[in-house]
Amino acid sequence: MRGDTRETSGRLDFEQLVLPNLDAAYNLARWLVRNPHDAEDVVQEACLRAVRFSGGYQEGNARAWLLRIVRNTAYSFLEKKRPGDLAEEFDETIHAGEPMQRDAETILVQLVESQKLQEALEGLPVGFREAIIQRELEGFSYKQISEVMDVPIGTVMSSLARGRAQSRERLLRGPGREVPRGMQR
Amino acid sequence: MACKDKELLLHAYSDGELDLVRSLEIEEHVKTCAPCAQELGEQQTLGKGIRSANLYHRAPESLRARIIATHHAALTGGSEQSGRVESPLRSVRRRPVLEWLAVAAAVIIALGLGIRLIPGVLNARRGDLVAEELVASHIRSLQPGHLMDVVSTDQHTVKPWFDGKLDFAPPVLDLADQGYPLIGGRLDYVGSRNVAALVYQSRKHYINVFVWPDDGTEAKAPEFTSRQGYNVICRSNGGMQLCGVSDVNSEDLRQFMKKVSR
Repeated sequence: MRGDTRETSGRLDFEQLVLPNLDAAYNLARWLVRNPHDAEDVVQEACLRAVRFSGGYQEGNARAWLLRIVRNTAYSFLEKKRPGDLAEEFDETIHAGEPMQRDAETILVQLVESQKLQEALEGLPVGFREAIIQRELEGFSYKQISEVMDVPIGTVMSSLARGRAQSRERLLRGPGREVPRGMQR
Repeated sequence: MACKDKELLLHAYSDGELDLVRSLEIEEHVKTCAPCAQELGEQQTLGKGIRSANLYHRAPESLRARIIATHHAALTGGSEQSGRVESPLRSVRRRPVLEWLAVAAAVIIALGLGIRLIPGVLNARRGDLVAEELVASHIRSLQPGHLMDVVSTDQHTVKPWFDGKLDFAPPVLDLADQGYPLIGGRLDYVGSRNVAALVYQSRKHYINVFVWPDDGTEAKAPEFTSRQGYNVICRSNGGMQLCGVSDVNSEDLRQFMKKVSR
């Protein structure tokens, strides 16, 4: 009897919470770990966790709930396999100074249409990158992003601002002029 | 450089996160402050670029299949075990006479109820079949080259395209300003009849809206179901049955269906 209900609810949770949000889960994982193979592993692990912990889902946005699990899984993966990816965040500095040229926006229009945009985003520190992906590609509100990332809304706002500023820098100046990692500060 | 105290607010403004008063303040401010206006322009260009570029990584079909298989294996693995504990055949043999009588009574009652319920059950079953067909059509439409017969973001192109192809005129709305651009239409076949399929986009997700006349006799799909990871929401409006199918989450799909069947 108990086994029955658990089985039915397992199936329901999976079909209602997990499956409809699989694309979103993969997209976030792909942007966090930056390669398709690891992203698949992360998503598979996250789906298992999601079904196991679906009791923790109460109400609200199922996608945000699942993405939070994906994010935590991806972070554990990075901690274990590529701690450098996470450390990046603390070294981050914004190239302040020099005002943009007058025609910066025209150049920007051309650049955002190119492959360079993907590179600029992939080059961002992971915390900024995930905020932008959730905002622009999932259309999440600041509140939803703050739930997924488990940070205050103010942090979401500043992560978006700094992430956008940095990706614009990368687009306009090109990654070539980036200070090598570890030598910043 | 944008004003230091406005920088974060500009982001919140373009993300639609400010209340009305503060939004108006920002709008006033950028009218007179060129650097902030430039900053806002660049932010919006970048945002539009990110949203329109092909940056959304969809889950590969192989991954989806693997996850479904793993999940089902986990589930059926559990029930097989419980099946072994008590074989249904053996327990039947042991049943005493009294229990048999109870079973017989139950069967008779069930039959009586069943006769009354059969039409309802059949209709529900047909509705389920329709939902199944809708999801199958949706999935098929996502395969390369199947999504649209007429590609247009203009409702005045899509609507006349159905003329002469169907015996009814589907309502075609353009919801681009509400975040659901119409991207085309297609003829489809669901529930043993020709139906119109309108294709909308919600960020990087597709929504198929299937439309057919609701004459009360046709099997109706249930109002909300979810199958293989796709949500199906159906509404009747103005003599038409509209069913939206998509992988967007159920709440978003509900909002969308409200708009489309208005």
